Order: sequence, then structure tokens, then C-alpha cells
Amino acid sequence: MVLLHPDERSEEGRMSTVTVDSRPAPQLSRNLTNARLPKWAPAGVAVLSVALGAAIGAGGGLKSHLQWGLIAAVLFLVISYGVSAKVEGRRQAKDRLATSVVWVAFVAAVLPLASLTIYTVQQGAKVVDGNFLSHSMRNIIPSGPGGGIYHAIIGTLEQVGLATAMAAPIGLLTAVYLVEYGRGRLAKAVTFFVDVMTGVPSIVAGLFVLSVWNLALGFQYSGFSGSLALAILMLPVVVRSTEEMLKLVPNELREASYALGVPKWKTILQIVIPTAIGGITTGVMLAVARITGETAPVMMLVFGADAINTDPFNGPQANLPLFIWQQYANVNNDFGYARAWGAALVLIVFVMGLNLIARGIARWRSPKAGH
Amino acid sequence: MTSSPPTATRGRDRRRSDSRRGDAVFFNLSRGAGILLLVVMAAIAGFLAWRSGLALGKNQGNFLTTFEWDPDNITKPVFGVAVLAFGTVVSAVIAMAIAVPVAIGIALFISHYAPKKIAQPFAYLVDLLAAVPSIVYGLWGVLWLVPHMAGLTSWMDTYLGWTYVFDQTQAGVTPRNLFTVGVLLAIMILPIITAVTREVFRQVPRTHEEAALALGATRWEMVRTAVIPFGKPGIISASMLGLGRALGETVAVATVLSPNSKLSLHVLDLGSGTFAQNIALKFGEASSFGRDALMASGLVLFVITLLVNGAARLIIARRKEYSGANA
Repeated sequence: MVLLHPDERSEEGRMSTVTVDSRPAPQLSRNLTNARLPKWAPAGVAVLSVALGAAIGAGGGLKSHLQWGLIAAVLFLVISYGVSAKVEGRRQAKDRLATSVVWVAFVAAVLPLASLTIYTVQQGAKVVDGNFLSHSMRNIIPSGPGGGIYHAIIGTLEQVGLATAMAAPIGLLTAVYLVEYGRGRLAKAVTFFVDVMTGVPSIVAGLFVLSVWNLALGFQYSGFSGSLALAILMLPVVVRSTEEMLKLVPNELREASYALGVPKWKTILQIVIPTAIGGITTGVMLAVARITGETAPVMMLVFGADAINTDPFNGPQANLPLFIWQQYANVNNDFGYARAWGAALVLIVFVMGLNLIARGIARWRSPKAGH
Repeated sequence: MTSSPPTATRGRDRRRSDSRRGDAVFFNLSRGAGILLLVVMAAIAGFLAWRSGLALGKNQGNFLTTFEWDPDNITKPVFGVAVLAFGTVVSAVIAMAIAVPVAIGIALFISHYAPKKIAQPFAYLVDLLAAVPSIVYGLWGVLWLVPHMAGLTSWMDTYLGWTYVFDQTQAGVTPRNLFTVGVLLAIMILPIITAVTREVFRQVPRTHEEAALALGATRWEMVRTAVIPFGKPGIISASMLGLGRALGETVAVATVLSPNSKLSLHVLDLGSGTFAQNIALKFGEASSFGRDALMASGLVLFVITLLVNGAARLIIARRKEYSGANA
């Protein structure tokens, strides 16, 4: 048997020579596991690259912290790949690179979102007080200080309320149709178009209501025409979530009800819907949260007003998102920005509050699938 | 010999016919709601097409190739969607190029990489962020992001200027350009793409992953060979849902982008515009003919988003077992 240099041997050859040469075991185990980086290596590399990024950024006189961050991210990826490739081999290095990329993606997502929240709260908290919440913009010079969003809050509540009053029952009935009755082509078409309707841009919904309600039927700007557009945007969201919830209601409940001779419509009204009511409420509230922040359709249909108008059917109204837009675009100075931030904070708190409550309800009484 | 008393029979009959009537009423009511929804969709297309028809008849330019938007010019009303279509597509493409990889990364982070303690609250947070109103994104975009993009923009001009696309011909202008819009849109559509992708990644069968690991794959090799191929239809449809959002976004674009009727691939230069932004900005001072012209552009946007969303839904439907839609 020709003795080859250990490195040149095939796997099989090595096995046989081990017995012949009776080489010591430790060498074998070294072949089986590569050298590994210590557990703290990724964290160490992260700290190092952030420090380097900051140093390069500060040294190079880069003003924007976005650049600092980008430099740090690239350094992090390069260093962790390089170190790992040197110590652990290329496959492991690729694995580490992928892990690093995923972590960088996580940080890249958190940072702008955190910045958005913190900035809004910071700017908004300076403005929001009792006076801001309880006064309108009436007799306030737009380019000057003062004023408030009371009229906009009223407008938003009324318009969203009306939209919900229209969209929630229709959406609920549509979902009942799809889950309890829906067979055949009509149901298929409805399902497909509910999905497609979810993607209708809000500005298109606004244009549609404008062309029908205001141009063809000749109505004036009012809170109600805004609610019509909002209802169109809300409808598919309600249908979709209600449908999911009704599907979760166990069939045994329906069958038990039929077995007792209860007609189908009563079964639906008294058994199916009450069982799923928690989830349905959640869906409706999430939909309300979504349309509360819509600006585009409201911009065209509600028109905006400085004074309090409590009648959504007559005359222009204000609305929170619209108020923010007008303070930014029409006033366009620091007083306008301040009011816009105040309104933005109130809007975010309202929408987030709705979301949290809705998800709370969902957790509290969602129907359990099966047993 | 037993026979049920006549009164009971009559009572049962009445109850049965009551229940039948109730069933019929309820069935028709719920079917009517479904039909109403279809009617609304048809009416959106119909009314927009009708108003656009009124406008297109008087247009002196080619609707598809004209750059200007000047329908209220008395002597020569001209309007076209070339710039708007270009701006809409470019900003959406930039948004997708940034958002899709990052969203896949976040979805993988939540489903496969993050420690359990971080994953759940973080997933919850991402869902909450989908609810932030677009006007707030717009306000933040123009008052925070735009000033912070200035350094990055000049940097890209210096180092990537040779690509033509990132060449800034108007040096030092505020970066209220298509690129910043793309970045902002990417941030806005991140939550929805992440949410759908994450759900798909969660449904990858454990056995596939364990098989890959048992063959000696590293975690990345496991993700590449087992998770990504399985989740591909989900990733595609999630991206298209995000694309639909990006195409139709109005106020965030309207606050950040400074519009003009120039068509240029220099994405760091001021200019261009999108369908939705154009409608929002021109609408207030437009005459009734100008409004019809805007409806025509709205119709184009509607058709584009309809196609994108319809395609996304068809992909989901074809691979329904992966989508989580049939839970």
C-alpha cells in the first residue's frame, strides 16, 4: 500500500490508513468540525462596524446620519463575511452573511418607523393641549399661531361614523352570503371582486363618488359625499375579515341548530353571528382605523372648512387628515406645520387606539377553530 | 288510530312557511349585498369611462404620449399621461426594489431567525405600522426624510453618477425627487409585504426544513433550498399587493414630490409626477372639463391597479394551499 500524504487521500483512503497508521483520534475530530467563531462574534462585529461607521461619518464630515448608518451596515456585512470566511470556511461564511443581512433588514425596518413615531410624538406634543382640542380655526389667521382641530375631529367622527353605518351592514351581509349561501359563479365573482376592490386606490374611489354624486346627481360638497367614498374603501375590508371569522365558526354548531329545527336564517342570526361577533367587531374596527386616515377622497369631496359644521349633509366640513394636508400645503409655514403635527399626533393616537382595542377584542373572544 | 290534531298541523305549517319566508328574505338580502358590491365595481369603471370619454373627445394632443397637462387651455386643451405613467412606474419600481428584499429579510427574521421573545412583539409592531395614515407618512417624509436625504443624494450623485440614472444634473436642489418618493413608498408598503410573506414562511412544512438540516445544510442553505422555493408564490403575490398600494398612493407622494412635466430617467432630479398626485394637486382649481380629464387619468390608474391586484389574487388562488387564505 502506497502511503499518500494525509491531505491527498480520499475519504475512504483515510479511513483505511487510520487503522494502518493508528493515527491519534484528535486529528479525526478536527476534520469533522471546523473551527467556529465564538458566540459573541456577531455582536462584536456589529459594535465594531457601528463604531467605524460613526468614525468615518464624523471624520468625513457627513451630515446625514442615514449615511453613517449605511456605512455601518455595509461594514457589518463585509467584516462578518470576511472574518467567517477566514476562520470557518465559505459555506459557513455565506450562512453568516445571510444572517447578517436578515438582521440588517430588521434594523433597517425599525429605524425609519421608530423615527416616524418619535418625531410625530415630539412635534405633536408641543402643540396638543386643551385649547387645541376644543377650538376650531374660525377667525384664526391661517398663517398665524393659535387655533385648533375641534371642527376636524367632529368632521372625522361624523364622516367615519356614516361610512361605517353604510359599509358595515352591507359588508356583513355580503360575507354571510359568501360563507353561508355562496355557491356557483356569482359567489366566485363576488369573492374575486372583493379582493380586487381592496386594491382600488382611494383617489379613484373619490373620483367615482365625485362623478356620480356631485356631477351626475348634482349634490354639493358635504361630509356625506366623503363618507360615500370612505364606505367604498371600507366595504371590501369588512367583507374579507368577516368572511374569515364566519369560516371559523364550527360546523357542528350549525348542524346542532338545524337538527333542532331552527331555520337557516335564524341559525345565522342567533348562532353563527353571535359566535363570531368578537372577530367581526375586530374586523370592522380595523377597517374604521384604515378609513380614518384616508386623505385623498376626503380632499375632493368634503372640501374643508375652518368653522365647526356639525351637519354632515349640508355644506363643507373639516376632517383630520384633510386638516393636516391643508395646514401643510396651503399654510406652509411653521405655525401651519405645528398644527399639522398636532393633528397628526391626535390622528395616530386615535388610529392606534382603535387597532389596539380591536386586537384586544380579537384575543379576548375569537371563535376557536374546531375543538 | 292516531292523527295529529288539526290545530297543531296548521301551526306547524304556519311556522314552516314563516321560516321559508324568513329564509327567502334573508337569502335575497345577503345576495343583494353581494350584487351591490359588483354593481359598485362596475359603476366605478363605467362612470369613469363615461367622464373620460367626454374629455378625450376634445383633447388636442395624444392622450398616451403627451407630456403636458393643460386641459383648461382655452385655445388648445392638451393633456396626456406619458409623464404621469412614467413617474408612477418609476417611483413604484424604486419602492419595490427597496421594499421587497427588506421585507423578505424581515419576514425571515420573524419566522426563522429572531429569538422567540423578539419575534412575536415585532410581528405585532409591523402589523400596527400598516395602520399609520399615509398623510402622516407624507408629513414625516417632507419634513424629516427630505432634509435627511440630502447627504445621501449628493453621495449617490458622486459615486453612482456614472450610471446615468443616479446622475444629478441640478446640483444641490432639495431632494424632493422620484428617488425620495420611492424610499418613502418602500417604507409605507413594507408592513403589508412583510405580513403576507411572513405568513407564507410560517407555513413551510417543518419536515422540509428538518430534511435540509439533516443533510448538513447550514441555516442559510436550508432557507434557500426549503423555505424560499416554497414561499415563492406568496412572495410574488405579496409584492404585487404592495405594488398596487405604491401605484395608488396619493398624499404621501403629493407632499414629497415636486411635480413638473419633464420626463427624465435622472431620478435624483426634481420633476415628473404620478397619476394620483396629479389628480390631488390639479383637482381643486380645475374646471369641469379639467376634472373630466383628471377622471381619464384616474381611469388609467384604476385599470393598472386592477390588473396588478387581479394578477396577485390569481397567483394566490392558484397556490391557495400556501396562502393562508383558506384557513
